Amino acid sequence: MLQKLGLFIFLAAFGLFIGTLGMNNYKLTNEILEKNFKEDALLDAKIELASMIDQNYSNSYTFASELSEGINQLNKVYNAQQAWDKKIYEDTILSIVKASANGYLTDNKGLMFLLTFGLAIIGALLFILPEIQKPAGIKNDGIYFNPAMTRKWLGISIGTFLIVFYIALYFKPQYIANWTMLVDPVSKLINGGEASRWFMYGFLYTISVLVMGIRYIIRYRHSKYQIFRTLSIMFFQTCIAFILPEIMSNLNLPSADLKNMWPLDYSFFFNYRIDKLIAGGTFGIFLLIWGIVLFVVGVPVMVYFFGKRWYCSWVCGCGGLAETLGDPFRQLSDKSLKAWKIERYLIHGVLAFAIIMTIGVLYTYFTGSYNLLGFIPTESLKSSYGFLIGSIFSGVVGTGFYPLMGNRVWCRFGCPLAAYLGIIQRFKSKFRITTNGGQCISCGNCSTHCEMGIDVRAYAQKGQDIVRSSCVGCGVCSAVCPRGVLNLENAETGTRVMIAPDVLLGNLMEK
Amino acid sequence: MEHVVIIGNGISGITAARHIRKQSDCKITVISGETDHFFSRTALMYVYMGHMKFEHTKPYEDWFWEKNRIELKRAWVKTVDFEEKKLYFRLPNDDNDKEAKIGGSISYDKLILALGSTPNKFGWKGQNLKGVQGLYSYQDLESLQEMTPQIKKAVIVGGGLIGVELAEMLHSREIDVTFLVRESSFWNTVMPPEESALISRHIAENHINLQFSSELDEIIGDENGQVKAIRTKSGDEIECQFVGLTVGVSPNIALLKVPQGNMIGREKPAFVLGVGGIKLNRGILVNEYLETNIPDVYAIGDCAEHETPQKDRKNIEQIWYTGRIMGETVARTICGKPTKYQPGIFFNSAKFFDIEYQTYGQVPAELPSDTKTFYWEHSSGKICVRINYQANSAELPLRRTDPKAVMGVNTFGIRMRHEVWDEWITSGKSIEYVLENLPTANFDPEFFKQYEKEILEKYNAETGSSLILKSKKGIFSKLPFVNRHS
Ligand SMILES: Cc1cc2nc3c(=O)[nH]c(=O)nc-3n(C[C@H](O)[C@H](O)[C@H](O)COP(=O)(O)OP(=O)(O)OC[C@H]3O[C@@H](n4cnc5c(N)ncnc54)[C@H](O)[C@@H]3O)c2cc1C
Ligand code: SF4
Ligand code: SF4
Repeated sequence: MLQKLGLFIFLAAFGLFIGTLGMNNYKLTNEILEKNFKEDALLDAKIELASMIDQNYSNSYTFASELSEGINQLNKVYNAQQAWDKKIYEDTILSIVKASANGYLTDNKGLMFLLTFGLAIIGALLFILPEIQKPAGIKNDGIYFNPAMTRKWLGISIGTFLIVFYIALYFKPQYIANWTMLVDPVSKLINGGEASRWFMYGFLYTISVLVMGIRYIIRYRHSKYQIFRTLSIMFFQTCIAFILPEIMSNLNLPSADLKNMWPLDYSFFFNYRIDKLIAGGTFGIFLLIWGIVLFVVGVPVMVYFFGKRWYCSWVCGCGGLAETLGDPFRQLSDKSLKAWKIERYLIHGVLAFAIIMTIGVLYTYFTGSYNLLGFIPTESLKSSYGFLIGSIFSGVVGTGFYPLMGNRVWCRFGCPLAAYLGIIQRFKSKFRITTNGGQCISCGNCSTHCEMGIDVRAYAQKGQDIVRSSCVGCGVCSAVCPRGVLNLENAETGTRVMIAPDVLLGNLMEK
Repeated sequence: MEHVVIIGNGISGITAARHIRKQSDCKITVISGETDHFFSRTALMYVYMGHMKFEHTKPYEDWFWEKNRIELKRAWVKTVDFEEKKLYFRLPNDDNDKEAKIGGSISYDKLILALGSTPNKFGWKGQNLKGVQGLYSYQDLESLQEMTPQIKKAVIVGGGLIGVELAEMLHSREIDVTFLVRESSFWNTVMPPEESALISRHIAENHINLQFSSELDEIIGDENGQVKAIRTKSGDEIECQFVGLTVGVSPNIALLKVPQGNMIGREKPAFVLGVGGIKLNRGILVNEYLETNIPDVYAIGDCAEHETPQKDRKNIEQIWYTGRIMGETVARTICGKPTKYQPGIFFNSAKFFDIEYQTYGQVPAELPSDTKTFYWEHSSGKICVRINYQANSAELPLRRTDPKAVMGVNTFGIRMRHEVWDEWITSGKSIEYVLENLPTANFDPEFFKQYEKEILEKYNAETGSSLILKSKKGIFSKLPFVNRHS
């Protein structure tokens, strides 16, 4: 009952959220152009966009598309003139759209924020919290009858929504300008300014992690491992990834997500970031050193003792979203041997790409030459990595495909940091998942619910430990096992059972 | 090339096939009428409850069989000619073929019978009505799924492990379940009273209507031959659209039975001669090499009955692990290395709704006179540990038997390491040693609350001893006696 009400409220708020995209009127004025264009481009813009000036638009879509078209024209000209520095990027278009908006939404941001985000959170919580009345334990009933969790119509719709959302966010933010407006009040509160698209995204991301984190904790509340792990994820996302960087920039310090690191943070060594950190004085230098120490020393040491889980399922933001928002989709990962093969090629390919790209970028930084080894153009390495891996793979595919390929598509097939952590986990770590003697009944719960697509059962039923570079140590296989067969452990490296025993425990025939 | 034919693609037949393949190059054919591929019977419940799909219950991908040159044949074997060494198949889709119509045949050099079990039916009136079934095969799952939309109330007869699973399954689909249990407490023929009470409480807590000391008298049908109610021996009528019969299983040896078999011999186990003179009792009789009385014919798994079971093991053990061990064992014998069936220290596990149970060694329902017991239960009433230990020294197989040597453990709500308990029981560690080192056996996930101290304190209070914990479970495990190779 309460849950139905919650669902209703959530859907209403979500509907309104979509509806806000159609709200407001738009009027482009000369002042707006003056604010958003550098002097040398202003005249061009005024001419190109003359037909729009002081026109009333009742619809953000037509406004944004006409605007983008005009600006595309400008960019074409600049491209032809090779006037790169004049080019106009999405963020400028976005802020022009925002500045041109007027109407109910602009005047009632606070109220609209409450009616969309606020109600959605309340609705979701009403839907989630009553689950606590059921006895604690594994509650997977009905997953495979649920159209959202089994690639049926609802799952496909959610996936489509997410994909469209990410494409808009990365490449066409002007169309979702109203969404950034909704979170302006929050942005004002935290950093005094208006919300950028990344602020909006960060806020939405954090809210998702928090709300769905609560769901996850309730769901797995019989397991302290799961509770602590999820609280950790929620903490790192909210405080370290979302709030702390805002505070840093409020203090006029270079801001950084302290837990993010190269090569996941692929732009860490880009010239503008290095310059900014160096310009940031002692604190900037500290951030630079911190970032390097994290992946050079932090990763090997921590993975040696605890496995890659310390990062992937306790700290990381991508992992955090996957474990919370993505939890309902974990069973959709492909467990076949073929998928494992593809995974190894892809993820190590991305790692290699990231390393080469970074070497190229640093080469350019230190030598000023734009051609690595004389023939690899570093700039296009950098931009194609950013586009293909940074945006398409990690965002559009990484999250958009949750309801289609499981919640760890990015972590499993794409993340270069996961590949790096994984190599250490596989070859030099105390971590393993121990299997309990002969107790496995090959039921397959572990494999089914492993988000990384590891066929856990294949090991468990042979009495072999699970030592796999991809295992993020989420602990769900251990939680769902009805026979108490699996346990995530750290122990002497030499005690990992890498080769299945000839016969399992319980059989006394000579081995 | 020698041809090994295995009837039955369950855990025992498939384990045998895999291990034969590892050791030999012979031709292997596995026959089953139930499904194309091996699946995990133990996971049928999870398919019904929507935790997984049927394909997830298959432990090997479909390409595995061809790659390992294990031929699979989907067919029901109608009869075996042991003299000609030939199997005859039933015509496809012909369940009621009473005459000797035959749908092909296959010859073997060695035959392994891994036929599994069938659910018991005790001749109740109405037991063949629509809506009455057991839960064993893939077909049982299918028919249950088909009926589910029509079921509002269900009655389950017989309180064993499959009964609880069926109760949990129906409950997950919001069906009212009444559970008729003949005994006065759940599974008390296997469990000591405290554990039995603990499970009973938990089942009731999950809104299952548990009726103890209650026996089925008859099943009542409507004009369409569909069940509409049951009557108990005390005369109560309970309305229901479904009756689950889970009163145990028996070896599935219909294939080998002949109409008039006479019991031969008075010694236990007595036997009848089935098809071709094969010795049968409740199951197919086998010696310690898993050989039947017919040359080159073996029987393993649920359908096998051991003529001389190891001491303190039953002659028929219908569980997953023993099927697997028999499969591993018979493969050796068939590949030219005769090997006795030697299961080690007994172990088993189950899950009752949310409570996990594991057991190692011997913990019988009734305490034998030569055994003492120590029982601890957490105040929640959902977690408990029982350890049985030797009162005096005695002659027992597999293990040393000093006074106080531990003989077995039941653990509910705490996972324990198989290796550690196997070693403790085999080497006859004393109850005191075990309690002081109990954390070594702890297999719960990290950060779980540990109860070893509380357990030890209870023992100290009861016996006036002053034992202290000698081992501890930290974030870095020590893996004792683990014979591990990397
Ligand atoms: C619902 C359920 C839950 C269970 N849970 C557990 C558990 O948690 N732990 C545990 O230890 N045990 C459990 N068991 C018991 C365990 O599953 C069995 O002991 C085990 O599966 C037996 O394996 P098997 O290979 O001997 O026989 P089966 O798995 O029964 O395989 C025999 C196969 O042979 C086929 N066959 C038989 N006759 C013929 C013929 N004439 N022609 C062709 N094919 C034929 C059958 O159709 C069947 O496919 C459970 C059983 C059930 C039904
Ligand atoms: S193997 Fe287990 S712990 Fe590792 S990722 Fe899969 S479910 Fe999580
Ligand atoms: S969930 Fe447990 S019992 Fe089932 S296959 Fe996995 S390890 Fe084995």
